[in-house]
Amino acid sequence: MKLASPEEFAKTSVLAVQEYSMLCVRAVSNLFSAPRYWADIYTQADSIGIGSLPIVLLTGFFTGCVLALQSATALSQFGAKNITGQLVSLSMVKELGPVLTSLMVSGRNASGMASEIGSMKVTEQIDAMRALGTDPIRKLVTPRIVATVFMLFFLTIISDAVGTVGGAMVSIFLLGLDGSQYFHIAYQTLMYPDVLQGLIKPVFFGFIIASIGCYFGMNTKGGTQGVGKATTQAVVFSSVLIIVVDFLISRTMIGIFGR
Amino acid sequence: MPETTLIAEQPAPQPDQTGPVVVFDNVSIAFEDKQVLEDISFTVEPGETRIVLGPAGCGKSVLMKLANGLLCPDSGSIHVFGEEVSKMPEVDLFTLRARIGMVFQESALFDSMTVCDNVAFRMHEEHMPEDEVQQRVLESLRFVELEQAVNKFPSELSGGMRRRVAIARAVVSKPELILYDSPTGGLDPITSTTIIELVMKQRDVFHNTALVVTHRLQDAFTLATHEYDVQEHTMKPIPNKGIDPKTKFLVLNEGRIVFDGTTMDLVHTDDPWLKEYLS
Repeated sequence: MKLASPEEFAKTSVLAVQEYSMLCVRAVSNLFSAPRYWADIYTQADSIGIGSLPIVLLTGFFTGCVLALQSATALSQFGAKNITGQLVSLSMVKELGPVLTSLMVSGRNASGMASEIGSMKVTEQIDAMRALGTDPIRKLVTPRIVATVFMLFFLTIISDAVGTVGGAMVSIFLLGLDGSQYFHIAYQTLMYPDVLQGLIKPVFFGFIIASIGCYFGMNTKGGTQGVGKATTQAVVFSSVLIIVVDFLISRTMIGIFGR
Repeated sequence: MPETTLIAEQPAPQPDQTGPVVVFDNVSIAFEDKQVLEDISFTVEPGETRIVLGPAGCGKSVLMKLANGLLCPDSGSIHVFGEEVSKMPEVDLFTLRARIGMVFQESALFDSMTVCDNVAFRMHEEHMPEDEVQQRVLESLRFVELEQAVNKFPSELSGGMRRRVAIARAVVSKPELILYDSPTGGLDPITSTTIIELVMKQRDVFHNTALVVTHRLQDAFTLATHEYDVQEHTMKPIPNKGIDPKTKFLVLNEGRIVFDGTTMDLVHTDDPWLKEYLS
């Protein structure tokens, strides 16, 4: 395998960042001018949002269950098993709900976007769209970004809710804790900054998932092998970027609100 | 017979373009240090059919994409309908492309849409009334003799049928300029003849300007020596072994033009490479 020179690698990387940035700017600016493809937005929202619901429900539920189980073991040592609800609620709303939901949606949808748009690219369907007078970014990318940001927001809320319920079921049926006490503590613990942090993250993550998926799709080269490579890269890059941006947002929000 | 009535009702539109339709002026383009086209200059007049010949990899498809503004040259200028497409922003190119129809090498049909939606794509984007859209889609599919496939998906069609749908999609908006990128590429001889007949029909009935890329010499010379008979719905040799005066040739080799002229000049060329290529 031929090794790329550092100079070539740096140039390629900078070019990729530039092209990604331009794609994002064009996709967002399309929202402020006609035509807007509302039908495509609804179709994508259905596919991304409703389509991802089963996986989000399962992920959220069992994450809450495991959190309650693991935290109760640790908290028992300090006689603080009763605050399991606090730990589950805070963890789910601030961190695990947004991040795990986004990672699941990324694996499902970033790959789907990259492969669908990539297949269109290698079969000249994107060129055909341009030849027929339609902007492919306006028609393909903008609806996916809007739909993903919108639906991930609500999927995260659903994930937080079922995660809290999952933690409650483990706490009540396996750990013998009082149910009303669990929910009371889980609710009381949450402050405005916690909820705000938990709801701002999916907006950013949704944008990352859709923009990365569409970027790799629109830049696919090399036939079916290229489509496979674009699909893998879309999932890898979006997942890593979600984790990095999660840290940045958490640090920023804690810096502003103190928690 | 509906098709005869259809064609008879539509008078052949006369080109309202006074100057050349396509002008390439010293156009060069390279991809990853490989010079694909070098110093290409030629002109296509209104109503002319320019057949672009050349061996595989000589830049024919790239030339078509340059003509439609899908690619930007590294140097030189390209004018289509008097407008410099090589410098136009994409937003302005969308408007210009309403006058251009393009048939891609592998059809490039949208595989998630039916044949009807594929052919109607541009009209749906322009928010044309649905009953008018349906009428024009059926007219266009009737032109390529695929009316029965209107609700099928591209995956259900053969290669030849997909190519015909691609032609229907390109001509439904009655463009003044049609770009055919290897319309018979990968097809068997019988299907190729059907496709060439459609290209000829479009040329002789509607008098469009066209650029036709092909690597099949027999298709090229068929276009030059035959005409479409509207009464009998088939192509026939031009009487007295005639040549269509509006069909000219452009031959590329290794990114350069090696011939630009009429059919007779090509057939009687003294260039040894051309003679070998044509033999």
